[in-house]
Amino acid sequence: MRYMLLVYSREQAPAYPESMQQIAEAHRRVMAEATAKGILEGAEPLRPTTTATTVRPQNGKSIVLDGPFAETKEQLAGYYILNCKDLDEAIEWARKIPTGCAGAEGCIEIRPLLEKPAHVLVEAAHR
Amino acid sequence: MTDWQATAESVFREESGKIIATLIRLSGSFDRAEDAVQEAFASALASWPRTGIPTNPAAWLMTTAHRKLIDHGRRERTQREKEDAVRYEIEAFRPASEPELETAMHLPDDRLRLIFTCCHPALNQEGQIALTLRTLGGLSTPEIAKAFLLPEPTLAQRLVRAKRKIQEAHIPYEVPPPERLAERLASVQTVIYLIFNEGYVATTGNQLVRTDLCAEAIRLGRVLRDLMPSESENIALLALMLLHDSRRTARIRDGQLVTLEEQDRTLWDQNKIAEGLDLVQRAMRRGPVGQYQLQAAIAALHSEAKTPDDTDWPQIAALYQKLLEFNASPVIALNHAVAVAMGAGLEQGLEQIEAVGASGQLDRYYLFHAAQADILRRMGRQKESATAYGKALELATSKVEQQYLRRRLSELQNHLHRSPE
Repeated sequence: MRYMLLVYSREQAPAYPESMQQIAEAHRRVMAEATAKGILEGAEPLRPTTTATTVRPQNGKSIVLDGPFAETKEQLAGYYILNCKDLDEAIEWARKIPTGCAGAEGCIEIRPLLEKPAHVLVEAAHR
Repeated sequence: MTDWQATAESVFREESGKIIATLIRLSGSFDRAEDAVQEAFASALASWPRTGIPTNPAAWLMTTAHRKLIDHGRRERTQREKEDAVRYEIEAFRPASEPELETAMHLPDDRLRLIFTCCHPALNQEGQIALTLRTLGGLSTPEIAKAFLLPEPTLAQRLVRAKRKIQEAHIPYEVPPPERLAERLASVQTVIYLIFNEGYVATTGNQLVRTDLCAEAIRLGRVLRDLMPSESENIALLALMLLHDSRRTARIRDGQLVTLEEQDRTLWDQNKIAEGLDLVQRAMRRGPVGQYQLQAAIAALHSEAKTPDDTDWPQIAALYQKLLEFNASPVIALNHAVAVAMGAGLEQGLEQIEAVGASGQLDRYYLFHAAQADILRRMGRQKESATAYGKALELATSKVEQQYLRRRLSELQNHLHRSPE
């Protein structure tokens, strides 16, 4: 079962270069371990929400807005996609992933990915 | 009710948790397991009047439910093949042999899997409670809804949501590994104690005690103790519930709440007290000390006091102090302060209560104001006491608790009218 682990961090917190290095190191360790186990399907950091643009359909048109879709205390900062046996395994991985991006702790949200329906897989195999 | 019907129902109540636990493991589905058990029960009601009660009714139900599960699997397969040209890989279902089923019923493994899955921290507490009562407790959805004074659709929705999350997020059907056992067990104990408290304290409605929930929580507490007998906190949790429950009849008189101090102690259930005291000692001997042991020890000291004056308040205060080390909650600090007031002195207790209240965390907690009012009343400070009772009354939600506070308030007001300060 594939899970997306969404990393939420606090962008407002002050940045300390040394802690940034430790955080990056911790991410590398998680990725190396997950790769060695053959379960890492993707992991990407995002640029901060100051670079975010939101496109929202409204009355048949699309409006383009500056900023993330919601102003919250913690912002989406990156994600991992891991192939885990079950939710408990995903939770164990989530405990290892650092959530701080600049000094303050955030959180990890675990979301199972919608698996492809069986007939799609079968059709793909016959192609 | 006829004999066979009564037997069928009691067997169902006692055994359905075991049967369902094994069928969930075999079928990988809560819904299919529940349906199969329901149908097996219906079959029992239909055939036992003709055939008589089988020698081992529980085994009969297990075998029948297992057969229903296989039939379902077959029917589902045919259905899907008809509907869709693509052959789905049917979700793993491994039929079990007769001896395997027999063994499963006598081993704790499946029920442990079930209880840890139902109380998984990834489910919300409402869902945990509903699912535990439904599957392990064998209560029907209407029964649970009635016990919690909730509309049936609300309760059904909670069950559906919890089961869907287990399925879709792949919450495992397993006993947690040793390094996670302590925290996961704590969440199981919390669910059982919440069920008990919902029955005992009854935060809403007219009835102060909902006996069925208390009895069910005690039954689940026994199951947990039997499944993991070496865990001292499981023993202590059972003791705690029994000791509280022993005072059930004495807590209400003519629909009115009776405080511990005013209770007729001859009404206390001595069998429950004896069992509770024995369990507390066992838990303490086994150790290590935990929150339920400390709470049970406090309840035990109340149970052992022949009269309110015999209560060993200094010892109770010491136990609350210890409890604060585990859980520095303002509610426990409040209880500690009350014990100090009753043991060491009212002045000292009141000071502590005020210190606890200083954070403002208990402003909306009616028992904080009620406790303060009670100490002030004992000190003869009627006016201040009446103000505090008034605040408590505004915040209390249960009618019985409101009635109690109103009585105290009117007693004080009568007193104030007679002897104005």
